[in-house]
Amino acid sequence: MIGDYTFGEFTSILAMQGFAGLSLFSVFVLMALGLAIIFGQMGVINMAHGEFMILGAYVTYLCSHLATEYVPVLFPVYFFAAMTLAFCASFGLGVLVEWGLIRHLYRRPLDTLLATWGLSLILQQVYRSVFGAREVGVTLPDWMMGSVALTDMIEIPINGLFVMGLTVLIAFAVYLMMARSTFGKQVRAVLQNRVMAGAVGIDTKRVDRMTFGLGCGIAGIAGSAFTMIGSTGPTAGQLYIVDTFLVVVFGGAGSLIGTIASAFTISQAQSAMEFFMSGSMAKVLTLLTVVGILMLRPQGLFTLNIRR
Amino acid sequence: MTSETFLFKQREWVALAILAALILLVLPATVDIFRLNLVGKYLTYAFVALGLVLCWGLGGILSLGQGIFFGLGGYCMAMFLKLEASTPEATKIQSTPGIPDFMDWNQVTELPFWWQPFHSFGFTLIAIVAVPTAFAYVIGAAMFKRRVGGVYFAIITQAVAAILTILIIGQQGYTGGVNGITDLRTLLGWDIRTDDAKFVLYFVNAVLLIGCLVLAQFVRVSKFGRLLVAMRDREDRVRFSGYDVSNFKIFVFCLAAAFSAVGGAMFTLQVGFMSPSFVGIVPSIEMVIFCAVGGRLSLFGAVYGALLVNFAKTSFSESFPELWLFAMGGLFIAVVMAFPFGLAGVIREHVEPALLKFTRSVALLRPGAAAAPSSSK
Repeated sequence: MIGDYTFGEFTSILAMQGFAGLSLFSVFVLMALGLAIIFGQMGVINMAHGEFMILGAYVTYLCSHLATEYVPVLFPVYFFAAMTLAFCASFGLGVLVEWGLIRHLYRRPLDTLLATWGLSLILQQVYRSVFGAREVGVTLPDWMMGSVALTDMIEIPINGLFVMGLTVLIAFAVYLMMARSTFGKQVRAVLQNRVMAGAVGIDTKRVDRMTFGLGCGIAGIAGSAFTMIGSTGPTAGQLYIVDTFLVVVFGGAGSLIGTIASAFTISQAQSAMEFFMSGSMAKVLTLLTVVGILMLRPQGLFTLNIRR
Repeated sequence: MTSETFLFKQREWVALAILAALILLVLPATVDIFRLNLVGKYLTYAFVALGLVLCWGLGGILSLGQGIFFGLGGYCMAMFLKLEASTPEATKIQSTPGIPDFMDWNQVTELPFWWQPFHSFGFTLIAIVAVPTAFAYVIGAAMFKRRVGGVYFAIITQAVAAILTILIIGQQGYTGGVNGITDLRTLLGWDIRTDDAKFVLYFVNAVLLIGCLVLAQFVRVSKFGRLLVAMRDREDRVRFSGYDVSNFKIFVFCLAAAFSAVGGAMFTLQVGFMSPSFVGIVPSIEMVIFCAVGGRLSLFGAVYGALLVNFAKTSFSESFPELWLFAMGGLFIAVVMAFPFGLAGVIREHVEPALLKFTRSVALLRPGAAAAPSSSK
């Protein structure tokens, strides 16, 4: 099979396939970052995470519509406003959900799982009723279309590059916030010792709410970025949720570096295998490997040493 | 009132009698064969819900992959029926006669070796229970021996359900793909599509269900059942008392899988096909809601939960398809937030005390009886 290609062709296929893997990686990282904060730091299973992502995607879709209809001048840069709005919408909904639902269930993780699944069904139906069952896509500004030709055979689409840059930026921002900012320190303090954190004057309930909202907000940005490389439908979130959970668990809950590393491994493995076999078998093999490794090493790739 | 008797307490005997009367007498006598067949389909989900009561309600192990076992049981049955339906005479227009039609469509020219044993009915009956149970054992042993539990177990089982669905859909030539295994006709020469056959199958299903319920109750009242509850509430203490917690967990998970598999096989027989849409993440998590609505600790509740939720689903989807997902989502949230013990909890906490009060007040109204309680004090 490999013998049929010349060396040059083979490297370019590898590069293209690697790039496809990187696009998948960006989506995984953006989705998993939010989940890693919510699941890793708070221990809450949010099955509606995909729907928060789709909320961001629909907000972006609306913005794209509004921009083309009313302010065509701003069209080339509408995306940045859309992303901010997507974050705000998902953040707001997240805070609301935490207040109405999650905060009553912190001690019952399995019940949180069921309740958020119910929430995800409701949100899906809301999207279907409001936006219709058909998948929608956004119109990209001209500067995001097209591709960069590196060599004769290797072409890199610009929107993919943009999403990737965005991913790096957001991952870095999240890392800085969790590691350096006062808020990040409070989050980690609450994670490690809730009672003590409360005793030194941290409003642990507020930190919970903000953390959950933040995780959802990042999912919103993920959805916004997602619209640039694929179309959005009411049930698109559900397709990704299990993959994303596996990414977070595989990386080791609570470790942001682990999440990024596992997103990279899984996405690269999947897209590399897609070259050799059908897409569904590649996915089966990747997921099976991940589940197999998790059975041998349940704590995931990277673990934080926390006194429990 | 609640004296210990064999296997069931007195009130549970009453509940069993009511349930048996409902599904064996009242429903067959009152509804037509089309609706009865639907009820039979709902009752196959009750098998899964029974398993979940043991596994999740008592044992605290939430499996989001019961569809795996339901599907495996159903597929085993479907493979047998499909082979019986694809005799060389019946399939002589195919380019390779004697193999199932979907294989022929997908350019498979020979029956795969793992389809061969399903020519035998005896093997199929064993496989229906054995294959899912063995699969559950592998998952359970790998997870519980390493003390993985709780949400991790839920996520992994869900991932396995996803993997199996993708696999079945992807391997179209061997599994029938997204359409599943369809066009099943006869069981050992007996046409299962006639109304008479559906009637008989309904009763087989109902009797099997009651058998499984009694078996589950036997497990529940045994020492093992009490250990399960102990494990759910204080796993460490059970372990420190010298019990091997993981083996108990594996056993209850396998038992739940076996129940689901029986349900799956009965589903195939009554509905006449099996497809990956009963295996994946969404159906698996819906099966949890059947159990939760009935009451996660109540075996009877599980049966009623499966019946009610599915009945609601059918009638909602017929008249207001848009509302169904709202109702379903609302159900999930409601059983978690407001009614953690489901219907059974509501009956136990509100209906039964009210009934007791009512019967007492009736007794008090009768002359002569009123004096008795007060004088005894």
